[in-house]
Amino acid sequence: MVFEPRIVGFLCNWCSYAGADLAGVSRIQYPPNLRIIRVMCSGRIDPSVVLGVLAGGADGVMITGCHIGDCHYIDGNLYARRKFGLLRRLVVRAGLDPERVMLEWVSASEGQRFADLVTGFTERIRRLGPVAGDEETKMNLRAAKAAAEEYRLRALVGKEEKLVESGNVYGEEVTQEEFDRIMVEAIEAEYTRNRIRLMLTREPLSVKELAYRIGEEPRKVLGHVASLRQRGWVDMLELRGGTPIYRAMEAP
Amino acid sequence: MGEDLPRVGVFICHCGKNIAETVNVKEVVEYSLSLVGVVHSEDNLYSCSSEGLSKLKEAIAEHGLNRVVVASCTPRTHEHLFQHACKEAGLNPYLFEMANIRDQCSWVHLHRPEDATKKAKDLVHMAVAKARLLEPQEEPEIEIRPETLVIGGGISGMTAAISLSNQGFRVYLVEKEDELGGMLLRLDRLFPTNIKSEDLLGPRVKAAESDQNIVVHKGSRIRSVSGFIGNFEVEVEKMRGGAETLKVGTIIVATGAESYDPVDLYGFGDDSRIVTQLQFEELLSGDGLEESRTVVMIQCVGSRNSDRPYCSRVCCSEAMKNAAKMRETYPKSEVYILYRDLQTYGTSYTPLEWEAKKSLVKLVKYDAKRPPEVTPGDEAIRVRVYSPLLDEDMELEADLVVLSTPLIPREDARELSQMLKVPLNSDGFFMEAHVKLRPLDFATDGIYVCGTAHSPKEIGESVAQALGAASRAAMPMARGKIRTAAIVSVVDEDRCSGCGTCVEVCPYNAIQKDEAGIARVTAAVCKGCGVCGASCPERAITMQHFTNEQLEAQALAALGRVDG
Repeated sequence: MVFEPRIVGFLCNWCSYAGADLAGVSRIQYPPNLRIIRVMCSGRIDPSVVLGVLAGGADGVMITGCHIGDCHYIDGNLYARRKFGLLRRLVVRAGLDPERVMLEWVSASEGQRFADLVTGFTERIRRLGPVAGDEETKMNLRAAKAAAEEYRLRALVGKEEKLVESGNVYGEEVTQEEFDRIMVEAIEAEYTRNRIRLMLTREPLSVKELAYRIGEEPRKVLGHVASLRQRGWVDMLELRGGTPIYRAMEAP
Repeated sequence: MGEDLPRVGVFICHCGKNIAETVNVKEVVEYSLSLVGVVHSEDNLYSCSSEGLSKLKEAIAEHGLNRVVVASCTPRTHEHLFQHACKEAGLNPYLFEMANIRDQCSWVHLHRPEDATKKAKDLVHMAVAKARLLEPQEEPEIEIRPETLVIGGGISGMTAAISLSNQGFRVYLVEKEDELGGMLLRLDRLFPTNIKSEDLLGPRVKAAESDQNIVVHKGSRIRSVSGFIGNFEVEVEKMRGGAETLKVGTIIVATGAESYDPVDLYGFGDDSRIVTQLQFEELLSGDGLEESRTVVMIQCVGSRNSDRPYCSRVCCSEAMKNAAKMRETYPKSEVYILYRDLQTYGTSYTPLEWEAKKSLVKLVKYDAKRPPEVTPGDEAIRVRVYSPLLDEDMELEADLVVLSTPLIPREDARELSQMLKVPLNSDGFFMEAHVKLRPLDFATDGIYVCGTAHSPKEIGESVAQALGAASRAAMPMARGKIRTAAIVSVVDEDRCSGCGTCVEVCPYNAIQKDEAGIARVTAAVCKGCGVCGASCPERAITMQHFTNEQLEAQALAALGRVDG
């Protein structure tokens, strides 16, 4: 059977959704794989929602907003772009091809451009094939979603535009490179910690076992387990031959 | 959902043949009845017809519907109509959801009826999934102070101010310069009728300054703006010191434009014989042109290029007017207009071109890729121009070269746009909410635009816009109260940690921290973009009517996941 990609699109109300309507009014034909969800602004798209959609079985997600400078809400699309940066990194961390998510700008007058984007994206996802439906992939995506809900990553991405464009409260400029370095480190930590937590919901494990399974130094894994314990997410189940075995707790 | 279990009614529109020719509507009706929460489903030839709407209202009563889904065209044009019908049937309009099975389904899959039908089912499923999670919303009501701030005392600003005063509203008219009048102070005669600028301006200035209802602040500028429609607070600063805070209900932006100085173009600035059209007009109103026998005008200097891609709209008519005036005043003079395309548009301005031609003004087309060359000499200025119509170079000896330059945005437009939280377009002019449907409003309620602050335009158009903007501003003030959209963000106080991210990302200053450091949304100011909610590190902000749960439910429905 031919693989028919399942694609979800988040379109901003003012430009892109109108562009999609115009494609219809102009009778421009495009593949029927896309399911459109209307939002007010592309900047409203929370990476955690998109990761949830991927975990829910979508093969690709497209986000479209007004062109830069044309945002109905002045600069919402600048924040959309920052959030998309985080989204892409988390998609990669979860083991998926970053090409499965797309952010593009479509104005209300660009019906043809909208149709072309949908056609191109559908072909791209067709080429990439379905997202693996195994438990491991699902767990990775859930870990990425949980990471996107963490305070640290959200605070960072929320402040990125202002930090990089106009400096911090002390007037010091933060270069994009510096910011990216901090971001990559934070993503790594938040993702790994959430993955550990989710692994422990499946079965109680020792630090050594966890480290082996995720291919990480035991020292670092211990750090994550300690912080999870502190927050009440993880608890020690028992000592097995002197080795502590940890389990996940219900959300505190 | 407790006692309020969702009872969803689904209405599938044929839109004549627009939907029904491609989508199997009956099949979609059958399918929708299988969805959780759906208690009624029917199809209509036209759901938006009066018959369709009364069937919808009847069904709400008959089946006790507490959620309504219409699958038809686009919510951008029809949501309001159906919401209104729900309201008439006693249902909160925010318990309504649309599925776009025409513009985004039947019309774009014309030759794939099976795929289109499957997609229509999914779209209905998605809308039902969202509808089940919808909650009633109340639109906040706010009082509107019957006073207006008009920024800019040129012809547009004065016209708007006088009109509002005549309608009984108090107006504060703030002008940066020490004199009212703006750009018209620099013009001599005005096309198309050639009346003296001062004859148009004089009575208006007098009317504005003597009006009891108009408070004129000259030599003043705006320092800060806060608040929202009905209750703006504006700090006005006198250039010579001192400030005052004004409280107004509405604001009109009429700051005008300025004329572009073509530095480095065609030798402008190096030779006093090379002037702008505006300077030429000033010369023409005096008597210093006796010696200038040959005048060469060059159009589109600094416009319709990659830096300023727009046509400045007034320069062709302006050149025609001045060229004809030159010929009339100095019958022995020769006047050339080198143009790219003549834009003496419309019924009033086309005759200007005939006038100019009749008075023997010579029109020479030039090619933007091979612009004229201007070489000042001791005796005369040599102008060499390639005529694509003749396919040859022409040599002209000019005593005066006149450059037609565009109107450009004022230097302080960006600063003002940031204070008002209204956008500029890519050319740097103030941008309206919608080019056709809301040409005088900004997307921010209570702020309006007119005149050349919006785009280059001539006086008649500026005045028409000013009268329009005054009427737009008068509407909420006359009513005294308005209801604003209920699609706003809400902060969960218990979760808010006071980090201030939302305050920073909000494009409208709708969020402030209270004394306790908790974020507070002013519903009347919030435009519902949702950026705050998507950015909140504590996930303490909910975007009403577009919650994460609703979006996720739609997506899962799209993916065929059984839910609810």
